[in-house]
Amino acid sequence: MDHTTDTQAKIKEFLSRFFKSHDLKPEEDIFALGFVNSLLAMQLVAFVEKEFGIQVEDADLDLDNFRSIQAISGLVARKTGSPAQASPA
Amino acid sequence: MNLELTAEQRAVRDEARAFVTAEVAPHADRWDREEAVPGELIDQLRARGYLGSLLPAELGGRGLDMISYGLLTEEIGRGCSSVRSLLTVHDMAVRAIERFGDPAAKERFLPALARGAILGAFALSEPNAGSDANSVETTAVSEGDGGGWVLTGRKKWTTFGQIADLFLVFARVESAGGYQPTVFLLERDTPGLTVRPLRGITGTRASLLAELEIEGCRIPAAHRVGRIGSGVSHVASYTLEQGRYSVACGAVGLGQACLDASFAYATERHQFGVPLIRHQLVSAMITDMIVGVRAARLLCLRAGWLRASRDPAAGAETMAAKYFASVMAAKAANDAVQIHGANGCSEEFPVGRYLRDAKVLEIIEGSTQIQQISIPRFPFAEL
Repeated sequence: MDHTTDTQAKIKEFLSRFFKSHDLKPEEDIFALGFVNSLLAMQLVAFVEKEFGIQVEDADLDLDNFRSIQAISGLVARKTGSPAQASPA
Repeated sequence: MNLELTAEQRAVRDEARAFVTAEVAPHADRWDREEAVPGELIDQLRARGYLGSLLPAELGGRGLDMISYGLLTEEIGRGCSSVRSLLTVHDMAVRAIERFGDPAAKERFLPALARGAILGAFALSEPNAGSDANSVETTAVSEGDGGGWVLTGRKKWTTFGQIADLFLVFARVESAGGYQPTVFLLERDTPGLTVRPLRGITGTRASLLAELEIEGCRIPAAHRVGRIGSGVSHVASYTLEQGRYSVACGAVGLGQACLDASFAYATERHQFGVPLIRHQLVSAMITDMIVGVRAARLLCLRAGWLRASRDPAAGAETMAAKYFASVMAAKAANDAVQIHGANGCSEEFPVGRYLRDAKVLEIIEGSTQIQQISIPRFPFAEL
């Protein structure tokens, strides 16, 4: 499993707690699907910080960075400087 | 989850317990009647590092861990819910600035907040906005690129607003796509800000509530806290979690105070030839208090432990702790008055104050009903 796939798998596993009967695709908009509301926004931030050991800065809190598995994975890659940054969006 | 307190945590609890027993609890009824926590007591809190206690030592704080903070708050809450509410709102302001503040605002305000040299307050509620935080009517208008902001509106029920130096103000920023809830810092001496005391509150009467009239208050750009539009989703969410933890732990303390008072009274007072506690219906009420306090304390410890480890489940568990502890405290206080009978309805005993304060705990930092709506929305990976 490469780095991006591993990151996305962890994100998917976390997000799967919010919905049991939907197989979330990497590019799907979780806000549009209604799975994540504003109550859970900081929970998502806490997950990303703890799971990937990064500090989400104020500038990172654009909802677009948390809109999909792919977007979150991209944020993690940028924050960690991992090769996944170059992977397709 | 480790349920054993460390030596340092026990030391914080024991120190706070001794302080509250000597300096807070004996005076709380008087402060309640006078509707004010005195400045001398705030000086003592400041000297002990109880204001801004979560901030690290390098900023001037006490650097308490989350469990120790909860134990401190429980002890303060045992003595006086109004004093506890000062810690609650001050630390909510601290946490918001620490996490979301502009570097210049952090540098300017955090050391002063850590020392308690200035007091912070949380200004979200308005005459027409309470539980629905998205509906605030206070506006923030940008003065243009590089410029500051102009705040206009009214805030109500601002705890310790009568003496706070720095307000965390929730406002709406109008944009093409609608309004965006955003948070700002407003200093007390800002021209256009008028602070009016609110008196005659049912509970936490000494918490110096105020109404804020904000008329075209100009503030610098660095006083914006968090991104535009993040006011509810991130800043309020994060800050209210801190507040809920504080209120939950304070509710445990209030429940303990109800238990202590009720047990003492039921042991000393005799009716029908035996102590009250020998009557089974009285004993049942005290048993409910014992079990309720213990259960709420465990929920608070779990929430504190999750918060300390920055676990994503901390938000949901803190809500659960706040919900249970505040409901428990309200029942315990109601039963405490019942056990005290007519004495419980007089000013000679503190349980009437406990009941009035407990009611407030079911309303602030997300009402009982808001918790009941919100808690099931979180996934509980494990129980």
